[in-house]
Amino acid sequence: MSEKIPYSQITPKRLYMSRRELLAGIPLALASSQAFAGTKLEGVKKSPYTVDEKITPYEITSKYNNYYEFGTSKDQPAKLAQKFKTSPWMVSVEGEVAKKTKYSIDDIMKLAPLEERVYRHRCVEAWSIVVPWIGYSLSEIIKRAEPGPKAKYVAFETYYNLEQMPESRFSGLQLPYVEGLRMDEAMHPLALLCVGMYGESLPNQDGAPVRLIVPWKYGYKSIKSIVKIKLVEKQPPCTWNLMQPAEYGFYSNVNPDVDHPRWSQGTERRLGDLQKRKTLMFNGYGNEVASLYAGMNLRKNY
Amino acid sequence: MKWAKVAVFVLCLAPLAWLLWGFFHDELGANPVEYITHSTGDWTMRFLLLTLTITPLRKVSNQQYLIRFRRMLGLYAFFYGCLHFTTYLWLDQSLDLASMSKDIVKRPFITAGFAAFITLVPLAVTSTKKMIARLGGKRWQMLHRLIYFSAAAGVVHYWWLVKSDIRKPLMYGTILAVLLTLRFFKLPAIIPGRASVPNRATR
Repeated sequence: MSEKIPYSQITPKRLYMSRRELLAGIPLALASSQAFAGTKLEGVKKSPYTVDEKITPYEITSKYNNYYEFGTSKDQPAKLAQKFKTSPWMVSVEGEVAKKTKYSIDDIMKLAPLEERVYRHRCVEAWSIVVPWIGYSLSEIIKRAEPGPKAKYVAFETYYNLEQMPESRFSGLQLPYVEGLRMDEAMHPLALLCVGMYGESLPNQDGAPVRLIVPWKYGYKSIKSIVKIKLVEKQPPCTWNLMQPAEYGFYSNVNPDVDHPRWSQGTERRLGDLQKRKTLMFNGYGNEVASLYAGMNLRKNY
Repeated sequence: MKWAKVAVFVLCLAPLAWLLWGFFHDELGANPVEYITHSTGDWTMRFLLLTLTITPLRKVSNQQYLIRFRRMLGLYAFFYGCLHFTTYLWLDQSLDLASMSKDIVKRPFITAGFAAFITLVPLAVTSTKKMIARLGGKRWQMLHRLIYFSAAAGVVHYWWLVKSDIRKPLMYGTILAVLLTLRFFKLPAIIPGRASVPNRATR
């Protein structure tokens, strides 16, 4: 579906090289204990779940972030998340499952074959990017835990530590950040447990070491830096929904016909473009996911 | 005095110069349109607050000549407001006036911003000496109190835009509240001035 794009072309060569030099300059001991982010990932195969659109430059995806634990302006996370410790890292799979499991990040990296998928990513703030994410379907980790009959939803939780995230006190959010999916959404093959982008492990500001990507939903559903995946019976709380329930619903499917109360969702700006473009229903993933919501009133279940 | 005015005039163009330079040198970050929108909005707000600072500052410091900068600062608030509005109309609404009208009616934060901007138009139009004379000092002054409304609507516009971190609109709101409150009091001159400076401008 897509031709192979060399990463040196995605990122301007000058910036790409200077990043390499920067990494090379970090003493090895420090690199192994802290800098998990930005290591090249080997043996990644291309996934057919790839859109044929121009990939957003790495410099944009890695420097324009909503990660309120590291500051509420877009350029803050790239600066303030640099020292965030992502190793050692544990992810606990728990709740209504037969096999509760705690995974180290090394286990997560090897749990299933890594795939590269180029997805559209649409923020609720009406901007979008196209990103070559790396990971595997979320269902891989869920099915290994053997969900029981009461597992109707999946609840996710982001790491939280005020000492490591001092800016989070200004976030205006109730932390730790939590998110949730319905079981069938979580088991949908498009839902990606993501460990990398642009051929490398995730930079801290993009949600290292492991995050969720749900491409047909607004970006805030794609929770970052996950430490807990819990299968539950009742619809779990979601951070933005708690903050402003009238503006951010549980489903939060990308929908050009249902506006945010304060701005239109009919159009979006692809970062790098001057003018806006039309937003697609389910962010263009309707063929794959529309059936999940058959018969549901999407205006009510926004 | 003349040179001071020229200096302030040029200085007030610095934010625009930075935006233009940054845009053509790709220095405005990953979302330049958003950067320009936010920056022009911020500078509109800052110039409104600066304009409102002149009168209390003049009274407290007894530096009567400060009044001569008030019109320029007010017009700069309008100038950056125009840039802010143009960015919105051109790059957010793609010059679609019908869509813009719908947006203004439908979205309270846009309504507030538009009200703040529109209010500045009659103030800019009547900013000349000729217009002051034509309206007469008292009526002119009444009309120009609309700046209080414009600045307040600007703060509301910003407040309703942010998702959860209200620090910046709160800061602007606080400064505005202080500046407006000062107007209820007869301010003492902290620096005793030369008593007989002719006060040519209107208050």
